[in-house]
Amino acid sequence: MSQMKAKHQRLVLVTLALVAIIGAGLLAVYALRNQASYFYLPEQMLADPPQPGQAVRLGGMVEKGSLKTDPDGVTMHFMVTGKDDSRVPVRFSGIAPDLFVEGSGVVAEGKLGADGTFVADNLLAKHDENYVPRELEGMDEHQAAKMAEDTTVGLK
Amino acid sequence: MIAELGLAALWLAAALAALQMTAGFLVVRGDGQAELAALIRPAAVVQGVLVAIAFAMLIWLFAITDLSVKLVAANSHSMKPLVFKIAGAWGNHEGSMLLWVTVMALAGALIALVERRLPERTMQATLAAQGVVSLGFYAFLLFSSNPFERLPVPAAEGQGLNPLLQDLGLAFHPPTLYLGYVGLSVAFSFAVGALLTRQVTSEFARAMRPWVLGAWVFLTIGITAGSYWAYYELGWGGWWFWDPVENASLMPWLAATALLHSASVLASRDALRTWTIMLGVVAFSMSMVGTFLVRSGILTSVHAFAVDPERGSFILALLALYIGGALLLFALRASTISEGERFAVASREGALVFNNVMLSAILAIVLLGTLYPLVTEAFDVRVSVGPPYFNPVGAIFAVPMLVVMTVGPLLRWRQDRLERVRNEVALVAALVLATLVLFSLLASVALLPLLGLALGIGVGVASLLPLRGRKLTLVPLATWGMVVAHFGIAVALLGMASESAFSTERLAAVEVGETTTVGPWAITLEGVEPVAGPNWTALEGRLAARYGDGEPTVIDPQARSFWAPPQQTTESALITRWNGQLYAVVGDQAPDGRWQLRLWWKPFVTLIWFGGLLVALGGVLALIGRVLGDLKRRHVVKRMAERRKEQEALS
Repeated sequence: MSQMKAKHQRLVLVTLALVAIIGAGLLAVYALRNQASYFYLPEQMLADPPQPGQAVRLGGMVEKGSLKTDPDGVTMHFMVTGKDDSRVPVRFSGIAPDLFVEGSGVVAEGKLGADGTFVADNLLAKHDENYVPRELEGMDEHQAAKMAEDTTVGLK
Repeated sequence: MIAELGLAALWLAAALAALQMTAGFLVVRGDGQAELAALIRPAAVVQGVLVAIAFAMLIWLFAITDLSVKLVAANSHSMKPLVFKIAGAWGNHEGSMLLWVTVMALAGALIALVERRLPERTMQATLAAQGVVSLGFYAFLLFSSNPFERLPVPAAEGQGLNPLLQDLGLAFHPPTLYLGYVGLSVAFSFAVGALLTRQVTSEFARAMRPWVLGAWVFLTIGITAGSYWAYYELGWGGWWFWDPVENASLMPWLAATALLHSASVLASRDALRTWTIMLGVVAFSMSMVGTFLVRSGILTSVHAFAVDPERGSFILALLALYIGGALLLFALRASTISEGERFAVASREGALVFNNVMLSAILAIVLLGTLYPLVTEAFDVRVSVGPPYFNPVGAIFAVPMLVVMTVGPLLRWRQDRLERVRNEVALVAALVLATLVLFSLLASVALLPLLGLALGIGVGVASLLPLRGRKLTLVPLATWGMVVAHFGIAVALLGMASESAFSTERLAAVEVGETTTVGPWAITLEGVEPVAGPNWTALEGRLAARYGDGEPTVIDPQARSFWAPPQQTTESALITRWNGQLYAVVGDQAPDGRWQLRLWWKPFVTLIWFGGLLVALGGVLALIGRVLGDLKRRHVVKRMAERRKEQEALS
């Protein structure tokens, strides 16, 4: 009798552990589909904008001559351009990374506002050869176009 | 000459690992003679010595900046301060892999030297498994990441070390983390050894426990130190970013925490046999997954030193071989391990099983979240996964775990009734509810920090309850360890919740002489001046910070420019008070001449790292308690044997 119970307990334990871990896995997959922050190029953001308020990333070139600082001294406005003439206005409050300049690549993390301005919480710029945001690896203005062709956003 | 010595030592060590593996398996299969068996332990010890020599040679090369060695030329610079020259030895891919095998070989040498509690056959199988694992990593080092490679023509000057790494943190953070990471290889080898010889007993758990404890303590310290390092070095004001590299260190910690608890069930109660073995395999597998993520170059991070697809595939192959092999062995042998002791749901075992399952679920969530971007990238979809995923989804399992953690240590082994601990449960529940109500009424705190505050207080009080009604001087050291570690979790939780609930931030452009405020602080910008260091120049802001009506304290955050390699970093400045930290960063000059300042007031943020250190201290206390207990037991056994002999002689 006790032998059978012992067998039984092990089975129950294994089942419970499996249920919890598979449950965690399913939950994770479900949450990942909703919470992962997708990468957009400017033309993609214009063609198929993300939900306002959803955390996404925008990558492209900072348009020359578009960088302006508000009177408060910490809020910046600039345009991020893509392959064609698509431009997305970006607003960022904070200390910009050291190598953030006009005409260079940038990845902005943030949300698309209701007025079509991308509100960035964080900017990633190219630091040096060894530490480059993944999306900007080896990217200059010519390569940005090529990357646009390589990349598709999987929000279907 | 020095580089060649190091390389030779490494090759010899690899040969010894091969010997250790072959001899070990032959002996375990029963084909080996006693001569062969006698080789195994010395092979492990000498191997440890050889790898230590190789590592010392590399440090020597970096200390004298021998620019004919490729690694030194690529990662060091003659103008660098000595401490960073030495720490720079492991601030790169090859050096850090050498540190990894050094720790592994030293751990192997240590078990060969001191571990005599288990049957000799199990130890031989364990050392053989350790040999297999070491051999793979020696091959990786020698064939694809040779740290001692010479340049055909010595370089005129080195290329310098990533400035973010030129910090005292580099001297401590990687070695402690690696001691933890690789220390878990011992648990892995023990698990494989026990499976091979079918010796999954409470003896086995008692032998394995101190090694797991030791690795876990180092892992805890390494993660705590890494978190504080990222906090002050990156200048972003955050202490945990759910960066894949951070996750790579968290996953082995979660597995090791689960293993620690299940090993203690196996040691005390002879239950959870297969589960403990499984966790032993999983814990080191997570260390290897972490190494793969960090070292293969598939991630971009300050930790990923080099992008080389060949290395990535090499580690992936090792990973598949070891994890696959261990799981296969587990699948073949698990059914032959007989069922352990039974227990009721309401028992300490029950609570520990619950904790284990929750930890495993959190581990699964972190693992999936870390791997998801890699999977989608294969389909050309670039995503990143951050706090919006990890925080709430992790909390779904962390909250029930913390709730059970308040009750678990109060329960008895095997069988108990919840009514017996009714009063304690009521006390903790009342505290948690009171905190919830208080903070949701008084301050608008988001749900997760609110739960964190309430559970932090609940767990903090509950963690001390096992001491009630006991004479404190008679409480065993291991119990103190548990109490301190659980209390540390509560302290860290309070710090995290307080940081996210009550932090205030101020971002402003200020003129010299102007004052701005953040929380209770008034900060005046007194000036911005250029300063120079040994290998950098910087703009240094001078800020006078006043807390309330107190005396001003002067702090000087910098924006540094390094010239080898050319890179800029932000050096934050901190003022630590008992009730929190002021965090200041100076930024660019706005076009109109004002300076950007970013200031945070973070109440009780330091509790996060004090909590982490308390958890580690708990581990140290438990470790000392276990080792002393074991020594005492050995002494008693010896004395009894002597007595018996005397009595036999008398009769």
